[in-house]
Amino acid sequence: MAMLDVRNIGISFGGLKAVDDFSVAIEKGQLYGLIGPNGAGKTTVFNLLTGVYKPDNGSIQLDGRNLTGKSTIEINKAGIARTFQNIRLFKELSVLDNVKAGLHNYYSYSAVTGILRLPKYHKVEREMNERAMELLKVFDLDKEWDYKASNLPYGKQRKLEIARALATDPKLLLLDEPAAGMNPNETAELMDTIRFVRDEFDMTILLIEHDMKLVSGICEKLTVLNFGQVLTQGETSEVLNDKRVITAYLGE
Amino acid sequence: MKSKNKILVQNSITYGLVILCWILAEVLIRTGNMSSLMKGLLVPLCIYVILAVSLNLTVGILGELSLGHAGFMCVGAFSGAFFTKVMETVIPSVGLRFFLALLIGAAVAGIFGILIGIPVLRLKGDYLAIVTLAFGEIIKNLINVMYVGKDSTGFHFSTKDTLSLGLDESGVVLIKGAQGITGTPKAATFTIGVLLVLLTLFIVLNLINSRTGRAIMSIRDNRIAAESIGINITKYKLMAFAISAALAGVAGVLYAHNLSSLAATPKSFGYNMSIMILVFVVLGGLGNIRGSIIAAVVLTMLPELLRGLNDYRMLIYAVVLIVMMIFNSSPKAIEMRAVFMEKLRKNRKSTTKEAA
Repeated sequence: MAMLDVRNIGISFGGLKAVDDFSVAIEKGQLYGLIGPNGAGKTTVFNLLTGVYKPDNGSIQLDGRNLTGKSTIEINKAGIARTFQNIRLFKELSVLDNVKAGLHNYYSYSAVTGILRLPKYHKVEREMNERAMELLKVFDLDKEWDYKASNLPYGKQRKLEIARALATDPKLLLLDEPAAGMNPNETAELMDTIRFVRDEFDMTILLIEHDMKLVSGICEKLTVLNFGQVLTQGETSEVLNDKRVITAYLGE
Repeated sequence: MKSKNKILVQNSITYGLVILCWILAEVLIRTGNMSSLMKGLLVPLCIYVILAVSLNLTVGILGELSLGHAGFMCVGAFSGAFFTKVMETVIPSVGLRFFLALLIGAAVAGIFGILIGIPVLRLKGDYLAIVTLAFGEIIKNLINVMYVGKDSTGFHFSTKDTLSLGLDESGVVLIKGAQGITGTPKAATFTIGVLLVLLTLFIVLNLINSRTGRAIMSIRDNRIAAESIGINITKYKLMAFAISAALAGVAGVLYAHNLSSLAATPKSFGYNMSIMILVFVVLGGLGNIRGSIIAAVVLTMLPELLRGLNDYRMLIYAVVLIVMMIFNSSPKAIEMRAVFMEKLRKNRKSTTKEAA
């Protein structure tokens, strides 16, 4: 059975069908791409998958567990983490604290323990620091750990967002245009990082991307979205050579 | 970790500053160098510092604008004073009663924080500010029409007048409407005030530098991202708001025990007070706890220190306020300060190098 099994989900905003009858099945360990022209509803799909919007119909299952209509927090706890198209870091917090915020639900102690600085506070904080530094090292951010997140260069902010998402220990990682605003060198580096994350963390990844070099370089399967509907899905090379896909992007 | 030490040093400076002020004030009092007017300002000073630090938790750390802080102070003041009054015969020790009153004032104000927080924290920005302002006024006005008495049959409650309480001859009126509570013991001292300031700092600073504080600040920085990594927005917003309210309640109890009579006048608990506390917080810097303390102390002392100038003192107060605001928040001023600090650091580095 597929790890993520989405069946016929849809949502309308005031009569406009933003996403209609969307289905996808992603196997464990797959690198899956979601592409389509601007306004096709790709980010809306992400918002549906993460509970920001509740689907009007259809079902979402992760590892056999029904997540349809669950809240964002429950869905994150169940194992879906995401990044955002327009980077959403905790700007005023340090790089380290951004990742530690991601560890929030996995390394826990109460507010009272924190205020009274009980032994458990020191123990858990130490574990958190170690785990967070490990994650930062993966993304080559460990030297900047005490920088304010907003002071990082753009490419590193994108990486930090991925690190923060991974800190929540997800099964499925959703990346919303990870290469947006990157130069070709940074994109190439990002492709290596995404592959590395998949192998190192044994991660399943679904990504939205416009950069076709990145898509054809790392995605194994693709789904193409157009006007809120699935245009086609399948192996990357087949999909990218599909006439309909080219028409959707470039017009007749 | 280095950052942990940095935080430790920063916090120690804050605590040290408060203790230093306490020592300085004590020395001035002991050597007889402090005017009675200044002496009278010492406890209010502690009250303002606690209020400013606790409001900074809501405004600076949680990032929600609240204009109802005086309302929570009012709740704490009245519940604390009421307790002291009722227990007058049961617990003869003034100190113990005061201590328990502090706990009760904090608890009641904290509960009010949760009750008010549940509906209002759904709002944001200006809307939240207006609604908290309204709640603060409602609290003050409700207490203004409240009459509570006690006789052999138990407690009596009315919103009309003392007569309608229907007390028998053994009855005493505890809360007398707009006149409030009279005859509370003057148990608050400067030392107790400073201890409560330190306690407030301990709670707020430790909270900020913990898992809870990170969650609260992550909500402030980006609510959607915080939710996406599984942080319970409602829980942490309410928690910050309630702790902030409870600490305002502590300040209220301190206030109530610094005066022999307590009335919910607009001057003491009205929105003017809330805005004054907000001025401390904004002037000291949002999220900057030490800044709140310094701003509260300077702005409380200033009108008194300038008393000799009489007609001009409020003018100078206003000018100082404007200059400080510009110095603290204008981008150009911040840039200049950064350049200055950089120079200072370089100088220090070169001197240490020479020394080595």
